[in-house]
Amino acid sequence: MFHWLEKHPFLFAVGVFVTIAFAGLIEIVPNFAQASRPTIGTKPYSTLEIAGRQVYIKNGCNTCHSQLIRPFKAETDRYGHYSLSGEYAYDRPFLWGSKRTGPDLMRVGNYRTTEWHENHMMDPVKIVQGSIMPAYPWLFTTKADIETAFAEQVTDQEFFGVPYNKPIPMKDGTTQVVKLAKSIAGANADALAEAKKVASKMKNQDVKDIVAHGEVPEIVALIAYLNSLK
Amino acid sequence: MENRPLEYDYTVAKMFMLTTVVFGIVGMSIGVLLAFELAFPGLNTILGKSAAQYTAFGRLRPLHTDAVAFGFTVSGIFATWYYVGQRVLKVSMAESKFLMFIGKLQFWLYVVGVAAAVVSLFMGYTTSKEYAEFEWPIDIAIVVVWVLWGVSIFGLIGIRREKSLYISVWYYIATFLGVAMLYLFNNMEIPTMLATDAIGETNMGSWMHSVSMYAGTNDALVQWWYGHNAVAFVFTVPIIAMIYYFLPKESGQAIYSYKLSLLSFWGLMFVYLWAGGHHLLYSTVPDWVQTMGSIFSIVLILPSWGSAINMLLTMKGEWQQVASSPLIKFMVLASTFYMFSTLEGPIQAIKSVNAIAHFTDWIVGHVHDGTLGWVGFMIMASLFHMAPRVFKRELYSKSLMATQFWIQTLGIVFYFTSMWISGITQGMMWRAHDEYGNLAYSFIDTVNVLHPYYALRGTGGLLFLIGFFMFSYNIYKTMTAGKRLDSEPANASPMGA
Repeated sequence: MFHWLEKHPFLFAVGVFVTIAFAGLIEIVPNFAQASRPTIGTKPYSTLEIAGRQVYIKNGCNTCHSQLIRPFKAETDRYGHYSLSGEYAYDRPFLWGSKRTGPDLMRVGNYRTTEWHENHMMDPVKIVQGSIMPAYPWLFTTKADIETAFAEQVTDQEFFGVPYNKPIPMKDGTTQVVKLAKSIAGANADALAEAKKVASKMKNQDVKDIVAHGEVPEIVALIAYLNSLK
Repeated sequence: MENRPLEYDYTVAKMFMLTTVVFGIVGMSIGVLLAFELAFPGLNTILGKSAAQYTAFGRLRPLHTDAVAFGFTVSGIFATWYYVGQRVLKVSMAESKFLMFIGKLQFWLYVVGVAAAVVSLFMGYTTSKEYAEFEWPIDIAIVVVWVLWGVSIFGLIGIRREKSLYISVWYYIATFLGVAMLYLFNNMEIPTMLATDAIGETNMGSWMHSVSMYAGTNDALVQWWYGHNAVAFVFTVPIIAMIYYFLPKESGQAIYSYKLSLLSFWGLMFVYLWAGGHHLLYSTVPDWVQTMGSIFSIVLILPSWGSAINMLLTMKGEWQQVASSPLIKFMVLASTFYMFSTLEGPIQAIKSVNAIAHFTDWIVGHVHDGTLGWVGFMIMASLFHMAPRVFKRELYSKSLMATQFWIQTLGIVFYFTSMWISGITQGMMWRAHDEYGNLAYSFIDTVNVLHPYYALRGTGGLLFLIGFFMFSYNIYKTMTAGKRLDSEPANASPMGA
């Protein structure tokens, strides 16, 4: 049979394809719907948070930091409750990472503050002696791309039914609404309003000037995103 | 019809040999820089503070992995295909103007695609999904290049004289199909510009940006189904295609066992795809997927070792060639490293081992056993074998090749030993508790202790890179200054003729 197959390239290729394809089908398809369901209390990201998430991705933070807490005592002691599938329901792409050169960031919003991030991103070694993380000073002056963040949110809403402007059930039984603007101007205004809250806790003069000027520095968006990780 | 041997046309093979060398230098140099950045963080601003964002670890890391995978390795795959394909199918590229055109088109589109990929990654356009970082326009270019390669493979098969497909061709076909399937499904994404109509804006943000079709746990599952099997179909399957052709040719020995090659081929095809779950142990993917990933990883030893043993036994009775020929040394050590990393991988896939190994340098070490020792050695060996036949010149220097072999072998040993120690140290320190049940170490303690191993790893990588420069020089000199040959170099024993 194999000798015969080796003389018939087309059928050979079909045979190979079937052999390699069905493992994927069996592993991925059955749990697909269930795995996309959010846990109670998981909200979609705001415009500013998405912009920050894009800064995180652009600079490859995920190459050194994971966002996945495994169910071991050592990990829950260090980082908090182990990760649940539904907590990632709005993560496109997922940012679990594959290497922990630096610590996990899944719940960094629970134990680090805006001030801490501000100082740390400017000069990590000053805050954590012996840190091998590079400094990210340019984030304080470069502007976050709010338009692309907004475009991503609209895509999320239009193509994937992410519930913006809809009540989201919270753990305490209340509901919250994550607002999505109707236009770019609206999105810019929303992001700026949120950015002002973050920037009011920061000391950097460049950041204050840029925000006063009506724009959002990348660092502010990034910190807003990091603070949202809980 | 005249009774004379076919004149094969290596135009396209030569073009891809060139990119193999160039992208190899680029990718490995970035790798060495990254390795030293971890040991000496000051190097993150090697080009000054104003260029810091382009030289920081996070920005460069995908450039390293993609340059060595899609630049160096894929070029090597294409180069060897355009050499091996003709010879085992007994048909010359010169016989079909169409296929020659497709081959050249594939090459130039590939070069344009790689250039676009490099620029966009430098600028920070990335989807963040490992080995699939490219944004959608480049994904489309990659798909086109891949389809052209498919046309080339099946076109050449279509006009073949040798009716039976040689083992290498099985593996090339599998490479084509596997990567096509994986790449398409993992890169399903919606460009955000498609959403602009929905709110009546004409232009919204970056046109390069896209959103993954999958979210969270599903995205992770698809990504590691891809990520793991990209290793299968870029770093394993086509490399086996190479060794099945080049080892018998170079040594003049027949393949040890046809049955073993059958078993390992179909076994590998069946088993490999299941094992992706071992990247997600203790994560939020369903438990049964994790267990399947673990189990199939262990089973994967069988087909992997099947190929490797088949290669080693091909040398039966001719082991003196390992001592006398540096090229045979490369290939024999490549199959040995293949055995080594396909044993190490399954060990890491055992859940309790993975609990320590995951997220640590041990995984990085494991990848490099395979990529440096198996992929790197085998691609260089293939090019060493091809060069005299393609350029019709004698290989420039055998002693340089032998020196390169030892330098690079030493480099790999430095690499994996340092990463073993570093990975296991870090894994153990993360989980250590003191007598009161508190964590024994803060995270930074587990970073600082790794410094010497990072320095040693960088040194190992540097040695490998130096060896790669020696390889490049040797190939360049063969091309330009090697002694001209009237006929193809003979094989060590008459079997290979």
